[in-house]
Amino acid sequence: MPEKPKLAIYWAASCGGCEIAVVNLHEKILDVDAAFEFMFCPCLLDTKKKDIEALPDKSIAITLFNGAIRTAENEEMARLLRKKSQLLIALGSCACEGCILGLANLHSKQEIFKAVYLDNPTIDNPAGTIPSPASEVPEGTLTIPAFYDKVKTLGQVTAVDYFIPGCPPESHQIWNVVEAVVSGAQLPPAGSVLGAGCLSVCDECERVKEDKKIARFYRNFEITPEPRKCLLEQGLLCMGIATRDGCGAPCPQANMPCTGCYGPPEGITDQGARMIAALGSILDIGDCKGKSEEEIAARVEALLDSVPDYAGTFYKYSLPGSIIGGRVKR
Amino acid sequence: MSATCLLNNTPDADIVAEFEPRIIGFLCNWCSYAGADKAGSSQTPYPPNVSIIKVMCTGRIDPQFVMKAFNEGADGVIVLACHPGDCHYKEGNLRAAQRHAMLIRVLEQMGIEGKRCRFDYVSAGEGEKYVQVITEMVATVKQLGKLSLID
Repeated sequence: MPEKPKLAIYWAASCGGCEIAVVNLHEKILDVDAAFEFMFCPCLLDTKKKDIEALPDKSIAITLFNGAIRTAENEEMARLLRKKSQLLIALGSCACEGCILGLANLHSKQEIFKAVYLDNPTIDNPAGTIPSPASEVPEGTLTIPAFYDKVKTLGQVTAVDYFIPGCPPESHQIWNVVEAVVSGAQLPPAGSVLGAGCLSVCDECERVKEDKKIARFYRNFEITPEPRKCLLEQGLLCMGIATRDGCGAPCPQANMPCTGCYGPPEGITDQGARMIAALGSILDIGDCKGKSEEEIAARVEALLDSVPDYAGTFYKYSLPGSIIGGRVKR
Repeated sequence: MSATCLLNNTPDADIVAEFEPRIIGFLCNWCSYAGADKAGSSQTPYPPNVSIIKVMCTGRIDPQFVMKAFNEGADGVIVLACHPGDCHYKEGNLRAAQRHAMLIRVLEQMGIEGKRCRFDYVSAGEGEKYVQVITEMVATVKQLGKLSLID
């Protein structure tokens, strides 16, 4: 029997949700097992890094890499798996765009360490110890991977063949990709997004969409939305309009506004900028006749004041992959 | 001898060239660009720091354009639109005003001062206002200093 192609799933800075999405293939996971030798997955298997290092280059058929690049170890593993894999696929929003972890890019490394290790009310750290790549102890020098200044995406540290977006990617979409690879189907050009559409979530959302004119924003807890009407038209900040489709729009169908986990649609670099562009078109400008420029500006500001965190809302999943990428280092 | 050599040989080494910001200006075709033309044809002097990009309407300005300008080295961005009620496309200028207000909030969270991205109204006849707005903008950005986004 010829040897089965090797499949690896690695997690860098991630939560483990992508592994859950893979396990959610349910009985189809047996088909994955039949088609591949599932040989590396720190979440589920006991293969070690040295086992990967011992493999010849390009001997892993597919590596599904989830998680962002937060530490030097993440980058080292990304480069190692790139070398050992024929196809390196970014699985999930963290690897594609940086995801929730990427919101850390709105703060400096020093601010993060201060919040986590010094100011955190549940931390008891009288010596004020913060992680350092090397620390001296009586027994010698202890080393841990360096914590980078910024969260990076997988594509920012190594070449990536394909991207499967989502937080986490819908299981049926992971299956679609696995099936396409197993069947030997012609894959799209390298760098493409797999397991998702090219349009926006609105295209898949079954809510009724009419003329959009938002007179004010509501936060999720403030209203119970009407069940059939577009959430954005009801004033909820639904990111569907600036988010790639492919998920099947489960959130808006369940009365929950889309938060944007599938990243920007095809052809868009910056999801947040896209959302600003879209909202600019549908905020209700009202009657401006006879209003001064200052009055118009004040009315816009009053309308915008009801949302406390624009960057956090518009870039919840895509900050490291966006044009500016986070807080500017000054 | 080239000008550079002459400069290098200047004994007054403590004379530092004043920071000259690079500013990208998005001007609407119908009002503000004509306003800039008016300033030019009336030969009013104003700082040369703004590189103008003419757009059909400020409503066409995708916030991605502004972010890209900052990311590629602009120290400031200025968007000039028709006055409210004067938009050739009815309300493109007001759409731009709304986008600008949101964009400023996001830029400030990213550590880019709101003053680096200015929105204002200049009509086709307001050559003087154009000069005033550009002069103010250049002074503001000069004071804020260079914006370097490159790691």
